[in-house]
Amino acid sequence: MSEFIYLYRTSDADRRAAMSAESRQQSMQAWLEWMRGLEANGHIKNPGNPLGTEGRVVRGKAKTVTDGPFVEIKDLVLGYTVIEAKDIDQAVELANGCPMLAGEGSVEVRPVAPM
Amino acid sequence: MNVGIPRELDDHLFRRESGKMVAALTRIFGVHNLDLAEDVVQDAFVRALEVWRMRGIPDNPGAWLMTAAKNRALDVLRRERTARTFAPEMGRLLDTEWTLSPAVNEAFDVHTIRDEQLRMMFSCCHPSLAEEVQVALILNILCGFSAGEIAAAFLSGRAAVEKRISRGKKTLAASKRLFDLVDADFLSRLATVHRALYLLFNEGYHGSSAELAVRADLCAEAIRLVMLLREYTPADTPATNALAALMHLHAARLATRVDADGELNRLGDQDRSRWDSRLIERGLALFDRSATGNELTAFHLEAAIAAEHVRAASLDETSWESIVALYDRLLALEPSPVVELNRAIAVGQRDGAAAGLAALNSIEDRARLDAYPFYHAAIAELELEQGRGDSARAHFATAIKLSRNQMERRFLERRVAACDAVQA
Repeated sequence: MSEFIYLYRTSDADRRAAMSAESRQQSMQAWLEWMRGLEANGHIKNPGNPLGTEGRVVRGKAKTVTDGPFVEIKDLVLGYTVIEAKDIDQAVELANGCPMLAGEGSVEVRPVAPM
Repeated sequence: MNVGIPRELDDHLFRRESGKMVAALTRIFGVHNLDLAEDVVQDAFVRALEVWRMRGIPDNPGAWLMTAAKNRALDVLRRERTARTFAPEMGRLLDTEWTLSPAVNEAFDVHTIRDEQLRMMFSCCHPSLAEEVQVALILNILCGFSAGEIAAAFLSGRAAVEKRISRGKKTLAASKRLFDLVDADFLSRLATVHRALYLLFNEGYHGSSAELAVRADLCAEAIRLVMLLREYTPADTPATNALAALMHLHAARLATRVDADGELNRLGDQDRSRWDSRLIERGLALFDRSATGNELTAFHLEAAIAAEHVRAASLDETSWESIVALYDRLLALEPSPVVELNRAIAVGQRDGAAAGLAALNSIEDRARLDAYPFYHAAIAELELEQGRGDSARAHFATAIKLSRNQMERRFLERRVAACDAVQA
């Protein structure tokens, strides 16, 4: 088994749409089912965390600090999960079920580089 | 590893907590910042869903939401305390870190939240607002219903509901502070609150939505709010108890009145064993409490009529004598052609169909009932009882033409089938 990280990305508008009174119940249910499914098959190494949408970026030798929020960005990283899978193909296949894909979101699947 | 996703998300959690969170937040921000309070609540919901869907739902999701809202409120206050004016009641408490946290904690205390919800309820019933605006505001702010959910429940357009809500919120914001519970106008405003809660309940009980779940939600919210009134001693009046009693006694019958498929059932066809005995018991206890003063309101009489129904083992064993007498007193208090119609139906039960028809025909302003489908249905039922199938069918046909939604239409169409049975 190898480790992979899922990076959940979406736009702020899509993120808010998923939280509207009309769809939040459904969205939540879909996520719980998806996470439970991964867990039941032993794929969850760490359920991970959601990330706040405000923050700062420190850049370059000059250590320039730019302020968030990054709300204009189309693919805001909303959070991550650490996955265990046989190989990248399986990790990608498992990501197909992610409720993030129901909207405009994406899941970036990255292997944790082995030693 | 165990992700610890212990359970499903309770359907109504956000709705339930929303009213409490808005109450606490307007306490701090002031009612002129109602939109800010609602943004903070929305942020807390978004945060909750994002954390919970990955880490699982916490053991006490309500407390989790309250804490998230509190933290977010502190952020907003620190960031904007120089740019905005917050609640005048807060004085200078929000100016320094020494008093900021205690003041915010106090606002989120259960007793404060209860009082602020009451003040909000009284404020939503501002006399300058139309009743439909009052009800929409209560559902939106205190019950956490979205404009879309309110529109669905009342079978009205979403845009119309949004307009009502924004009109109401403008009035609230302009009032600068919420209604003061020690105000001299307390009792007259209480009467307006009663009226709004009565309408809210009736929309659930008699209303147009065909979905039993939606109707039950409206009835449950009306009951929750009337019980909240009772917790505040000056609002715990005989009229409040009578209103609470009639809501309980009606709600006990809701699931048999409208079945899961959204079909209406006649009182005589309802399975009385499925009436909710817990609600009946509470309703009767509340009814007893409503009789403690010398105040007699229309709520008392309606509750008394509902009590007669739940006490009877069957339609035939109902004390129609008492019910007719109660309708007579109700008419003396608040004359209305619909009440006269109900009285005539009760007379028909007591003295037979011919007497019922005579009572119907003696309603003075029955012209005002002409557009009401159940007036024609009542005539049809009495005709049918006397074996006049053709006449009954004609009156049912009129009622069907006037029916206001699919549920009423289907109910009346099934009654036409009963006319055919008489013929055969």
